[in-house]
Amino acid sequence: MIENNGSQKVYVYKRYNRVWHWIQAIQIALLGITGFEIHGSFSLFGFERVTKIHDITAWSLIFMVAFTIFWYFTTGEWKHYVPSGEKASVHLRYYTLGMFKNEPHPGKNKELSRLNPLQRFTYLGFKLLIVPVMVTTGLLYMFYNDLPAFGINLSLEFVAILHTIGAFALLSFFLVHVYMTTTGQTVFTNIKAMITGYEEIEVVEPEPAAGD
Amino acid sequence: MNQRRTAYGIAGGLLLVLIIASIMIGAGMFTDSAVASMPPASVEPQALTANIVMQQDDSKPPASTADHSQFEELQQEFATGPEVTAACLRCHTEAAAQIHETLHWTWEYVNPDTGQELGKKNVINNYCVAIDSNEPRCTSCHVGYGYANDEFDFTSENNVDCLVCHDTTGDYKKFPVGAGHPVYETKEFPPGSGKMWEPLDLANIAQNVGATSRNTCGACHFYGGGGAAVKHGDLDPTMANPSYELDVHMSPDGENFTCATCHVEDSHSVSGSRYQAIGKDTHGVDLPASDGNPATCESCHGLRPMQDEQLNDHVDQIACQTCHIPTYAREMQTKMWWDWSTAGRKDAEGKGIVEKDDNGWVTYDTKKGDFVWEKNVTPEYIWFNGTVTYTNLEPFADGAETVPINVLHGGPDDPDSRIWPVKLFKGIQPYDSGNNTLAVPHLFGKDENAYWKSYDWGLALEAGMAAYGADYSGEYGWIETEMLWPLNHMIAPKEQAVSCESCHEDGLLDGMEGVYMPGRDHNELVHNTGVGLAWLAVVGIVVHGGFRFRNGRKNGKNGEK
Repeated sequence: MIENNGSQKVYVYKRYNRVWHWIQAIQIALLGITGFEIHGSFSLFGFERVTKIHDITAWSLIFMVAFTIFWYFTTGEWKHYVPSGEKASVHLRYYTLGMFKNEPHPGKNKELSRLNPLQRFTYLGFKLLIVPVMVTTGLLYMFYNDLPAFGINLSLEFVAILHTIGAFALLSFFLVHVYMTTTGQTVFTNIKAMITGYEEIEVVEPEPAAGD
Repeated sequence: MNQRRTAYGIAGGLLLVLIIASIMIGAGMFTDSAVASMPPASVEPQALTANIVMQQDDSKPPASTADHSQFEELQQEFATGPEVTAACLRCHTEAAAQIHETLHWTWEYVNPDTGQELGKKNVINNYCVAIDSNEPRCTSCHVGYGYANDEFDFTSENNVDCLVCHDTTGDYKKFPVGAGHPVYETKEFPPGSGKMWEPLDLANIAQNVGATSRNTCGACHFYGGGGAAVKHGDLDPTMANPSYELDVHMSPDGENFTCATCHVEDSHSVSGSRYQAIGKDTHGVDLPASDGNPATCESCHGLRPMQDEQLNDHVDQIACQTCHIPTYAREMQTKMWWDWSTAGRKDAEGKGIVEKDDNGWVTYDTKKGDFVWEKNVTPEYIWFNGTVTYTNLEPFADGAETVPINVLHGGPDDPDSRIWPVKLFKGIQPYDSGNNTLAVPHLFGKDENAYWKSYDWGLALEAGMAAYGADYSGEYGWIETEMLWPLNHMIAPKEQAVSCESCHEDGLLDGMEGVYMPGRDHNELVHNTGVGLAWLAVVGIVVHGGFRFRNGRKNGKNGEK
């Protein structure tokens, strides 16, 4: 088995990556809290204020998402999300069995392969499915009264239901995502990495980065 | 060092988000400058009221070009109202002919959509029920003189009452039981009250005629149903000189509107009808061209009247009145319940009884039965497209518990409908139990058939139904009835409008089905599945974490260095 003395500090999350991550975290948390108040789950801000906060936060998120897409494509960071296809089963096995036996994590975080195959798959789904659904249905919701002028005839209930389905999917993602941050070497390893950019990882042997 | 830079980065990022949000608000993404991207119909001139309302300015000469006190025709003694009218008509030659065409005169209205014959002559309600056989009392609010029975000459020009609408002195008063005439000799009313009605200085009143005012319209419309604040709920004597809180448009502290500011007249025909209302004005501002309905809110305020576009997105389904009349009868209580079945109770000496509440409002009258009054009432809400039908003599089902006096049509799927606030007025009144129809009682009169003379419902209904021209079975019973009054007046300051929370969180419109209201509504299947999914995630986390914890303990700490 691997000895822990093989660990080293690797710079895995670039500054914009970290800044963007935490801003997005705040935005999504705020959208979640305000969104579920609009959903009727509880009363916190009051309906008038909560819809305003939700809308403004939504616009700020849309701006952030647009800028980040720009950043991804101009920096080549998008490659982190290309599904590698390999070894997803190895990771799945690790999280369902291996980690309980204190086996080492099968993936090595390092530049240009900081996401393991499971993460690639999950985050790609998040970016290609949940976020587009939420943004699209959110905009349809916001401009609902103007849709007929553009030849779109949807019931508000339909739009709201899609938006709500996305919200619950996002809630589940959020819960599991936060939990998964605790599965690093120590409970706070991953969160620390997302703050400092550096992660202490165990090095076995170099691996070719996927997508290169 | 790196951590500090990260902290700066996060702080900077948050600042960026705030700046973006501020820019979006500043750019009016949430306010009306976004109108530019809306469909053309939304680009409306706004707040034209300033052009329409001419405020009285004492430093200027009077707005009118005629000083009626200088007219020789009016410099004489007038013995009667019709004599005044004759003088008026010498100059205003077409005025009576115009009045003859109006609902104020004919009391007849045929709804062009439903074909129903309405107007005061035909409608049976649950206040004083109907005009027929009771004319001299009811027609004290007719815009004429002498409408004492169904033989009144509706072609008479001199019997048009000009003064009731055009008096500016405040002295002109029609006698309550004078069939539209003022008193010409001293009379007492109510009988035995000691309240004496003196003959009027008709010459002075005639020499001071002018435009209609809140007082002239209110002389009848604030007293509908036989007394102050009885009928409408949104029209009562407090509206003659309303506070800003009561009505922002009509208050001297607000826009100081008269009734005619909105109820624009054309050839003496006043706009704004309850018999054929407008559920949703899609025409908008009535300048430069009117759609013929200048009394709607949209006629001045346009189709997207609010600064907040999110609020403007409500106007296709929510009438302005729904939010801007949070409660009605805010400063004077209005009648909510009238039970005719308890009328006729007398004291030991056989005299009529009048019982009053602590505020002096009549709660029982031998002539009329029991009343319930309420102040500051939250409206009922209903989908309404402007079409109203009346039950009148339409037979209702056997065993009907409640009979509608009128039905306000509309529904959530009807594009002409919006949610409207209404006053719901209920009562118990006599009905023809043989034919299952509403019944008209003969209430007022000196004859033995009049209920207020003999207190015999059998005789009163026999006579009333005959006068109405109805087939009466000869048997009567008591039935509960409901009448709906769309609310339009007592527009509160916007700060006091119904809040978003009232409907979206606190259930004000919980009875309104057929519309998806965020906050109130959600799909149960989606909700339950979603909550289930989230709990599944939590359970998964707990189980997974539990395994980690247990195995970590057994095998040594996970991630131990």
